[in-house]
Amino acid sequence: MSQATAEVAATSRRWRRFRRNPTAAVGLAIVALVVLAAIFAPWISPYPDHVGAVVNFRARHQPPSAHYWLGTDNVGRDILTRVLFGYRISLILAATVLIFAVPVGVVLGLLAGYFGGWTETIIMRANDIALAIPPLVMALAVTTVLTPSLVHSMLAIAALWWTWHTRLIFSIVRTLRQQEFVEAAKTLGASRFHILFRELLPNCASAILVKTSLDFGFVILVGAALSYLGLGVQPPTPDLGTMVASGADFLPERWWESLFPGAAILVAALGFNLLGDGLRDLFDVESV
Amino acid sequence: MSEEPLLAVERLSIDFETEGRVAHILREVSLEVPARRHVALVGESGCGKSVTMRAIMGLLTTPPAKFRGGEIRFDGANLLRLSGREREALRGTAMSMVFQDPTSSLNPVFTIGDQMGSILKYADRRLKRSRNAVERKARIAEVLGQVRMADPERISRAYPVMLSGGMRQRILIAMALLSEPRLLIADEPGTALDVTTQAQILKLLRELVEARGLALLMITHNLGVVRESADHVFVMYAGCVVEQGPTHAVFAKPRHPYTRALMACIPKLSGGGAMRGIDGSLPDYSAPPPGCRFEPRCPLAVSACLKAPPHFEVAQGQSAACWRLEATE
Amino acid sequence: MEFVYFLIRRVLWSLLVLIGLSITIFLIARVMPGDPARMALGPRASQQQVQDLKVKMGLNLSLTEQYERFAVGLAHGDLGLSFLTKRPVNDDIRETFAATLELVLVTIVIAFAIGVPLGVVAAVNKDGWIDNSVRLLTIFGAVMPSFLLALLLQVLAGYVLHILPTTGRITPDSPVIANITGLLLVDTLLKGDLAGFWDALRHLFLPAIALSAVTTGQIARITRASMIDVAKQDYVEAARAFGVPDAVRIFKYMLRPAFVPPMTIMGLEFASLIGNAFVVELVFVWPGMASYGVRSILQKDLNALMGVVMISGLFFVVANLSVDVLVGVVDPRVRIRGMRA
Repeated sequence: MSQATAEVAATSRRWRRFRRNPTAAVGLAIVALVVLAAIFAPWISPYPDHVGAVVNFRARHQPPSAHYWLGTDNVGRDILTRVLFGYRISLILAATVLIFAVPVGVVLGLLAGYFGGWTETIIMRANDIALAIPPLVMALAVTTVLTPSLVHSMLAIAALWWTWHTRLIFSIVRTLRQQEFVEAAKTLGASRFHILFRELLPNCASAILVKTSLDFGFVILVGAALSYLGLGVQPPTPDLGTMVASGADFLPERWWESLFPGAAILVAALGFNLLGDGLRDLFDVESV
Repeated sequence: MSEEPLLAVERLSIDFETEGRVAHILREVSLEVPARRHVALVGESGCGKSVTMRAIMGLLTTPPAKFRGGEIRFDGANLLRLSGREREALRGTAMSMVFQDPTSSLNPVFTIGDQMGSILKYADRRLKRSRNAVERKARIAEVLGQVRMADPERISRAYPVMLSGGMRQRILIAMALLSEPRLLIADEPGTALDVTTQAQILKLLRELVEARGLALLMITHNLGVVRESADHVFVMYAGCVVEQGPTHAVFAKPRHPYTRALMACIPKLSGGGAMRGIDGSLPDYSAPPPGCRFEPRCPLAVSACLKAPPHFEVAQGQSAACWRLEATE
Repeated sequence: MEFVYFLIRRVLWSLLVLIGLSITIFLIARVMPGDPARMALGPRASQQQVQDLKVKMGLNLSLTEQYERFAVGLAHGDLGLSFLTKRPVNDDIRETFAATLELVLVTIVIAFAIGVPLGVVAAVNKDGWIDNSVRLLTIFGAVMPSFLLALLLQVLAGYVLHILPTTGRITPDSPVIANITGLLLVDTLLKGDLAGFWDALRHLFLPAIALSAVTTGQIARITRASMIDVAKQDYVEAARAFGVPDAVRIFKYMLRPAFVPPMTIMGLEFASLIGNAFVVELVFVWPGMASYGVRSILQKDLNALMGVVMISGLFFVVANLSVDVLVGVVDPRVRIRGMRA
């Protein structure tokens, strides 16, 4: 088969597998919904001004109704609106963390895996140390030391998150390093840069994609836990974790104030998890 | 062969069904293994010999395998008519298998003694024998002695990772012998080992056949091994037995075009001549040739070959499935 | 012998990790803007009081000198003085440590006791309805925020159904339980105090479930994958060919080699387990180290914070060492070759 036909065959195989794999499809659908909801929040939410420091005492603690689909919170703000805007915060947080953590982690993993020796020792030992710190604890420490805010929580989570990617890429590269195409490239005089980024990196691409998808969900969870403890985004900016925390005071009678934001977190995490799982099946990546 | 052979496979046909496609793996395979005989089933990779072997042992999972016809008779009884339990009762007791790769066929986390003890314990249970731990140990030592392993005590306590490849292969054979089987099936014996060790293993198998009266069915792709040890050979191609006969006869005068091509492929140490292969490749089992399966690659093929040829007797005990036997005199 | 060398190397690695951890957390704590002494004493304390506290805490020394003090203190097991309570952090932590330890241990037990069988069944029943259900459970465990689960359980079992207590470790005003190990479940049994045992168990139940949700799912998933891998191995087919009965084949022959990945994962999971414990302990008002940690963080009590982080790190390191030892016990290849397989 020619190269082109082979590639077409591979893509159509993948497409067939994707269609037979409901997990990825469902995950993608959920993620798409969440992302769209976040992007279009100002336009689709019923009470966009409830995002700010608004107080609506007459409508406090309303259960879900036709006016307020998900009910209102303790100062009368529409929960649906705040959930939609809360998604923005969660997604921005996750995206920012990963934009830093993934490249850093991948590069470190490549370097450690390919060069070995002292590079490997230093990088992987630092990695081990970072792994020994519970991410939440680190995040707590950092956000305490610097005042709690969105940026600081991103910093705190990103500070540890790269370690997982380093570890993953390191083990992949170590196996790949033995393979022939690396030898071949070296014999042809390829520069180290070329080998790292043009030969080894593409082979890690599917693993990176899968892990990043899964990570989106996990970072959202950690971020939510952080703001549940009051160390993330500060009020009145709507944030899902903070909403659960403030609603928790009114359980179990006013269940909607905690449940809906909590469910929103769950749905977002679920979507990314399913997507990552599905991608994992699709690309046949086992080591993630 | 006047009496009923211990193992007789008759016109066995098996299909494999996966993802909506059906592969006709075996077509009317017939072979026989009499007691006290060393029979070889030879063929290239992918010709169906492993499937045949697994079918005999009852290790095929149905689905995806489907039996389309034929019988497998062991000691007179048709195995395919037996229940799962009854077949399980035979495995490891009356018929045993020696696996190919000694490294991966032993469980790495248990000692040899542990593994052999387990096998023996459950075999005894199926045979309704009762042996206590001491008697089991004695039997294990006995069997290890039969495969010429010194110091059975030390071996029993060892883990597979501590032993060499040759030793592990002997242990696999010993495991197969624990319940005094009547039929031994050896899957590519010694291929995973160096040539010297392989020769020792083959010698050992030979001795077992002669000394203990075993029936040995050896599955292999290595013609040299067949020539050295086997009494009788069945040549397989693409799921069919194309030729069979006493080893010396088949090697001296192969009659089926495939067998001849195979023999020609063996590099000769003297006489020069270039290395040759056989043009073409194995057929697609989901759409196999309607007649003789070797037809697409056969230099002697004619239009008659589009119908499947039966076996024709060409010499005493030797037969080949070909329409063009006159061309291979 | 190889194994002993292996363990020694791992111990040294652990020490290295702890040292690195101490440096990291020290730097973080000291980098903080603002004056910790001032913050601890509040705005109405006099300058002199603040200065005195500074000297007492050693904050007037250079950074390296401070670290030296810290490190030396650590080596002796002394975690410094709490800014807030003015007591040695050691004492504060010791009280709360046992509570967290008990919770974490029970969680691990649950995770294995439920996760492993689920994984085995899912693997045997591959792609069947049990497998898919287990997969579903695993996914939910992974995506459910632990604080949400904790809250839900609390509401459901505690307030709605009224069948389990929702806060604390034991019913208040119950007779004092002797403090032998600090682990209530063990102590009550040692004393034959069945009522106390039952009480402690009831209190443990909900927090442990909330905490174990993620981990159980992970263990089940890894066990399943591992069993499937092992099932493809030749020696499993060989066992079948030798007529070993299915049940024995699965639970003895396959499970033992398959057990190593779940254990290893558990070691790594430990970090996130502790992280989740923070949140769960808060929801259930569990008097453990995590809530102590959160409180010290909220009060900006740096020494206490450092103490909590170091103890968490120690937890993690000890857990991983234990995993290494256990793996050596289960898999002789590791024992003999002296390295991770």
